[in-house]
Amino acid sequence: MTPTRVDSATIRQTVLDVLRRIAPEVSPDSLQPAKPLRNQVDLDSMDWLNFIVALHERFGVDIPEADYAKLVTLDDVTDYLTTKL
Amino acid sequence: MIEFKLPSLGAEMDEGTLVEWKIKPGDTVHKGDVVAVVDTSKSAIDVEIWQDGMVLELLLELHQTVPVGTVIARLLEPGETPEHADAEKRRIAEAAAAKPPAAPAPSAPTPTKVVPATGSEGRRRVSPAARVHAQTLGIDLARVTGTGPQGAVTIEDVERAAAQKPSADDRALAMRTAIGAAMARSKREIPHYYLATDIPLERATRWLAKRNQGRAVTERALMAAVFLKSVALALRKFPELNGYYRDGGFVAGSGTHLGVAISLRQGGLIAPAIRDVGSLSLDELMKRLTDLVARARALTLKSSEMTDATITVTNLGDQGVEVVHGVIYPPQVALVGFGKMSVRPWVRDGNVMAEPVVTASLSADHRASDGHRGALFLNELNRLLQEPEPLDEAPK
Repeated sequence: MTPTRVDSATIRQTVLDVLRRIAPEVSPDSLQPAKPLRNQVDLDSMDWLNFIVALHERFGVDIPEADYAKLVTLDDVTDYLTTKL
Repeated sequence: MIEFKLPSLGAEMDEGTLVEWKIKPGDTVHKGDVVAVVDTSKSAIDVEIWQDGMVLELLLELHQTVPVGTVIARLLEPGETPEHADAEKRRIAEAAAAKPPAAPAPSAPTPTKVVPATGSEGRRRVSPAARVHAQTLGIDLARVTGTGPQGAVTIEDVERAAAQKPSADDRALAMRTAIGAAMARSKREIPHYYLATDIPLERATRWLAKRNQGRAVTERALMAAVFLKSVALALRKFPELNGYYRDGGFVAGSGTHLGVAISLRQGGLIAPAIRDVGSLSLDELMKRLTDLVARARALTLKSSEMTDATITVTNLGDQGVEVVHGVIYPPQVALVGFGKMSVRPWVRDGNVMAEPVVTASLSADHRASDGHRGALFLNELNRLLQEPEPLDEAPK
């Protein structure tokens, strides 16, 4: 099933909310969604784990550690969650 | 009677400002209870008490700033009565001041009122309205200039002070000053030596990935926790790296209490301790680490966490660099650094392989140990990380 644009936009907004909670200094407007997230936001391994935990809690999606490599950009994260939901 | 003093809050943190009392006269406290929250240049800190007792009086007002070591509360020891304490207090007062003894204590002393502390300049004159206003605005009255009669602090004075209230920038500056002072002391006093070694992590990474596989996201461990555990276990054979240099000599630590360097998003750094890391299972350690990082970032740490560390571990992580040349946090005698874990060429069994490798470094105090022992420590760390399975369990 192809997700609707609205779905993706809502998911992206929630992802950004989660990210802001971990890295409050981030301004969502300046994030380039197709560029690697961790080149743009200072996230250490604990921040990253907290990010994954928060996504899991918000979306109820299980994100195995083996899938972390697929989650490079903000677009990747949104697409990943969209297909899992 | 227990005279409870403001405990040390970490190197070069000499004073604290009361943010909140967690106790009131008449309360029973137990060893380890948080009794107050004080603000320092680095963080708000939960101050713990290490004795059982009953609170008699509180000697510090909200927003008052006092040096470390100041008596901030009096408590009765278990079994002691207020009369005992009063007698003792009178004795202390008589000994301290060459003044006539105070009026006899009331026959039934009711330790219910908060006694404001008097500084060297005595009790400030503050209008009641100004006091309430200051409390609401979170203003430290000790730092307000009074312009009322006899220098009394008026409501206008409080408002003027509120307009100049320390901003986040001031906090950042204060933290920079505290870090600078501690590190300057370290570089001035501690004859550092530095060692580093590359540690292949092929086995440890595979083991951890397998361990995390199928686990709920909240049950997964980070390599950072594996590093902490291996440092704590390696230290068991190298006690001269774990402890303090005090009063001209080395004092071994009572356990492997690892200070974990945590960088704060707003800038600055804090290194609170996780106690007895060597005796924790990896799951328990991971829980403590997650909690500690969250509280450090929220600036809610405990006083013991600020002073208990017997060594510091800094992990510049996967966004970092290859090698850390750390500066020891006095009075500790060593710091272990981990650089970025990266895939590098590594020769194994005569073949060049692409393997994850981390550079572990040691900065240590030559007054407490020598490079030879430091090198053996790093080799022991390497050995433990080549057989990671035992790191999972709490040692028997």
